Order: sequence, then structure tokens, then C-alpha cells
Amino acid sequence: MLKDVFRKPTKYVTIKSVPAIQPRLPLEADPSEQKSAERKELPDNLWVKCPGCGEVHFTKNLEEYAQVCVKCSYHFRMNARQRVDLLLDAGSFQEWNADLVSVDPLEFPGYKEKIAQERQKTKMTEGVLTGLGSIEQMPVACLVSENAFFMGSMGSAIGEKIARAIERAIAMGIPVLSITSSGGARMQEGILSLYQMAKTSAALERLSEAGLLYLSVLTNPTYGGVTASYAMLGDVIIAEPGALIGFTGPNIIKQTIGKELPLGAQTAEFNQAHGFVDLIVDRTQLRHMLEKLLRYHRREA
Amino acid sequence: MLLFDFEKPLFELEKKIAELKKFSAEKGIDLGNEVRTLELRADELKGKIYDHLEPWQCAQVARHPERPNFFDYVPYLFEDFIELRGDRHYADDRSIAAGIAVFQGTPVTVVAQVKGKDTKENLQRNFGMPHPEGYRKALRLMEQAEKFRRPILTFIDTPGAACDLSAEERGQGEAIARCLIAMARFTVPVISTIIGEGGSGGALALAAGDLLLMLEHSYFSVIAPESCANILWKDVSRAREASTALKYMSKDLYQLKIVDRIIKEPIGGAHRNHRQSAESIGQALAEELQRLQAQDPQSLRDQRYQKIRAIGVFSEGTVNATETVSPT
Ligand SMILES: [Zn+2]
Repeated sequence: MLKDVFRKPTKYVTIKSVPAIQPRLPLEADPSEQKSAERKELPDNLWVKCPGCGEVHFTKNLEEYAQVCVKCSYHFRMNARQRVDLLLDAGSFQEWNADLVSVDPLEFPGYKEKIAQERQKTKMTEGVLTGLGSIEQMPVACLVSENAFFMGSMGSAIGEKIARAIERAIAMGIPVLSITSSGGARMQEGILSLYQMAKTSAALERLSEAGLLYLSVLTNPTYGGVTASYAMLGDVIIAEPGALIGFTGPNIIKQTIGKELPLGAQTAEFNQAHGFVDLIVDRTQLRHMLEKLLRYHRREA
Repeated sequence: MLLFDFEKPLFELEKKIAELKKFSAEKGIDLGNEVRTLELRADELKGKIYDHLEPWQCAQVARHPERPNFFDYVPYLFEDFIELRGDRHYADDRSIAAGIAVFQGTPVTVVAQVKGKDTKENLQRNFGMPHPEGYRKALRLMEQAEKFRRPILTFIDTPGAACDLSAEERGQGEAIARCLIAMARFTVPVISTIIGEGGSGGALALAAGDLLLMLEHSYFSVIAPESCANILWKDVSRAREASTALKYMSKDLYQLKIVDRIIKEPIGGAHRNHRQSAESIGQALAEELQRLQAQDPQSLRDQRYQKIRAIGVFSEGTVNATETVSPT
């Protein structure tokens, strides 16, 4: 068992089994949003070295394989719009509340400037994308974290966008899908950010009472206040292979226990072995799995 | 009693009062008037100091080793308290004490975070930092309260949820999330009172009720000021600066509509007079509970939703979203 938990992923991706990956336009995002150091070492971002196996890939090729290494199945980070393109029917996504944004309620040092920077960098208005989309014509309300925007940290604007999207899903009688990647609560909004955990959870309580499905997909990394609220409340909880998922960040735990975390701690596999994740699904199979789950929960019209 | 550096002006005064009392007792001379005058001056000074606590000083007061914990309040607040133990899944977490109590004639369910009074007790209670089994015990007993229509009173006093490997293994995030979603479901009144430290998500798990009361010199923060300083400036010694930025004092939280009622502390802080502090808490709880109990259960739940739902400050329609959105 334990051996299984900590094994290195060796599964190969077969392109043919990838159900309906939507063709994507080239990414036009600022190269600085490419977080991984490996990308920066290589000229013009044309090549990427895989942190999993060392294989060097064409950036272009990676895009075709849903940002998954074909050799070792390492899952590279994706931004929110790439997720939407990968998972939803082409052209089905309609964004909600794109103009709902953070302010600086506590006048926290450097916060305003930081928000402006993150907007520039990501071309996003906030660290979550919400809206209506469909998977095989089945409508679903989507909450997709943008980790590149301030680590996807949850402040008032994100909490409000999520709560509104869930309430809209209830009104429309449709399921909710969340794809999380977040460092947790946004410290710069103090206690207000903390209460977004309560707000998103309360909205999910209403969704649950309405008998509507909530699918939660945890991607690398999902931590803190997001883990301790809407991320962990899915009817079905899915994680991407190798994704780091936890409450407390590994560095803080290291300081607390005074030694390195055991190999494999806080991975998707660790969380599954401990009973907190239903399914670990390779990104290339994710749309297919979501499609099935949505279909099995379909309500009679 | 531990005195803080910002209480220095009090040192001399209190020393003098003690000396006068001793002298008076030894020599049999009545110095009552002199002592009273000095005591009045000391109270005035304490009042002045505590009315103008800086955020950093407030955190220190909230963490004062002699600050009353939940068990210090129990004999004053409740006619009876039956502690019920265990989460029925894994263990009994002593950093959370919970059970059935009788409050002014009414049976209530009580869930409280408890810090120890000494090292031994602190080890037992993990310094008031609950593990997942603590939150699951809280959840079990809150659900029981809902079943038997007992109001829920929670008492918050934690530096934060446990942040070690075992907490991760047993699903700290899930345990807290389950408390939050459950609190949105209850139809019995849920009143939370912060009596000391309100450390982040670990405190929030018990603070998403109908009302949040707060002892004047408690604090409730998204992050400990030390950790905040460490993240912002890689410098723990700037915690004082961080604490100002975090706006975690009761008056700040009242302004932000997080806290519904601030409970006045005895002059010089709750640690100087446990009984008086308990009486103020008891009075506030009695008034608020009576008000909530008069309400219809369904509307109580709806109001709780609206209260939590309304928390947050953001702006809408001020940015041109199409300008910032990248074409995909
Ligand atoms: Zn690889």
C-alpha cells in the first residue's frame, strides 16, 4: 500500500484516449506567468524541461498534450483559461462577474500595487474565473482558480464570485464544478478573506440542499483556506496526479516538526490513501471523467 | 502576575500600594485612605493603558498566561457542565472541550477551545491547537444540539489549528470545512464568543454562527502577526508592524461587521478579574440568546446565511473586464 502511495508516476499518456481536447489558440499570456524556473532557462520558452523525468519538450507539444509530460505523466501547471478550453465544450464558456474585483479594504501595505501587478501579469481581473459552460452539452457552473494571480489566494472578490456562481447554479438547477489551485486565504484582506471560507461553504450548503451535484477537482497546489472550505466539500473529490493538497504549507510544517516531511506527503496519492480524495484522474482523462459523472447525476427534464 | 513592558508605569504604583498595605498591617496603622487613593490612581492608569492598547499589545494581552480560559468561566457561567468526549472516529482532542451545560436555566451545547494553564496541561491540550478529531467532536456535538433543539455556544481561544503532519493525515482542511458547512445548516441559535486568541481558520471553524461576540482585548486574525511579518518581510521581529496592518482588534472587527458585540473587560484586562469578566460574558450571552430564541428557526437560518453572505468588500463595474481579459 505505502509503496503505491509514494511511487513515481510511470503511466504513459496515449493521445488517442484523450477525449475531445479542444484545439487551442496559442497562448498570448505574458511569458513571466510561466512560473516554472525550467522554462526561463531555455531560450524563447520554446523548450521546457520536465521536472518529473528531465525530458525536454517543445512548449507547443505540451500544449497539445494538456500540459502533461508524455514520458512520465508529470502535470505542468495550467492557467484558468487553458483549463476552461481543455474541459468545456468549445465556445460554451460564458464568464460571469468578470468586473467584480478586489479593493483594499484594510489599506494593507503594498496590496493595491500587488493587485495591479497581478492583473498586468495574468491579464485576469481576479484569481478565479467563474461562469457557465457545458461538457457534452451538459451545462455546469464553473469555478476555476487562477494560481498565477496572487497564488489564487481567496479574498473578498473571489469569495463573492464563487458564492454568486453557486447561487446562480441553484437558480438554474445545474451542477457546479470547481478546479482549485490556491495558496489559501488572502492575508492582505485580513479577517474579510477568512470569512470567504464560511461564505463559500454556506453557499454550498444551499446547493447541497437543492440536491445539486458539486464536483471538486484539486490541482497543484491547493492549500489553506481553500482546502478548508469549498475545495474539500465536493460530492465527488478528484485530484490530479501528484498535486500537492493540504491545510498547512510544507514549509510551516517543516518548521513545526523540525524535520523534512516524508516523501510523498500532501500529494494527491497521500490524500487519497488517507481518505480525502475519491479519484485521481490524469488530466488527459479528466474531461471524460467529468462527463460521466455529470451524466450519471443528470436530472430528468 | 506577569506585567507587560507597556504596563511599566504601574509597577511602581502597585509596589507602593503593596508596601503601604504591609506597613499598615504590621504596625496596625490605618492607611486605608492613602491606599484607596493610590488604588484609584492605579485603576485610572490601567484604564488609560488598556483603552489605548496598540494591536501588538492587544495580542499579548489575549495571550496572557493568566487570561481566563474556558474552564475559568465555567463555574460562573453555567449551573452544570457535563463534558462529552471523543469524535467517535479516532480520538478525543483535549484542545476542544464540549458538552451539555445549563445556562440560566436553559440546557445548551457548549463547544470551547482550551489552552492549558501550565506546560503539562498545554501538552495535553496541544496549546489549544485542535487536530481534525477536535473539529469532528465539535461537529458531532453541534449536530446533536440541532437534533435536541439546544442552542449552541462556542468559545474561541486558539493560536490556530494544529499544523503538523498528523493533522494533514487526518484531513485538517476537510474537518474545518465540515464545521463551516454544518453551521450554515443549523436551525438552532449559534453564538460564538472570542475569549482570547482567534487564530485563523482554526478559530473560524467555530465562528460562523448567528452572532460573534468578542471580549474587548481578544484578537481574531487571518494570520498570526509573527507569521505575517515573516511572509511579508522575512522578518519575525516586525510582527508589531504586521499587527497594525492586519486590523484584528475587536473595534476593527466591529467596524468591518464581523463582530456583532464587544464585551467590555474589567479594568486592566480579563486576567485581573475573572469573575467580572465572566459576568459580562454571561450578561451579553443571556441578552443575545433570548433575542435569537424568540425567532423562527427557518428565518434564523436565513438570517445567518445573509450575515455570512454579506461579509466582504469588493468593487463591481469599475474595471473594464474586456481590457484585462486575454483572448483565448
Ligand atoms: Zn516527464
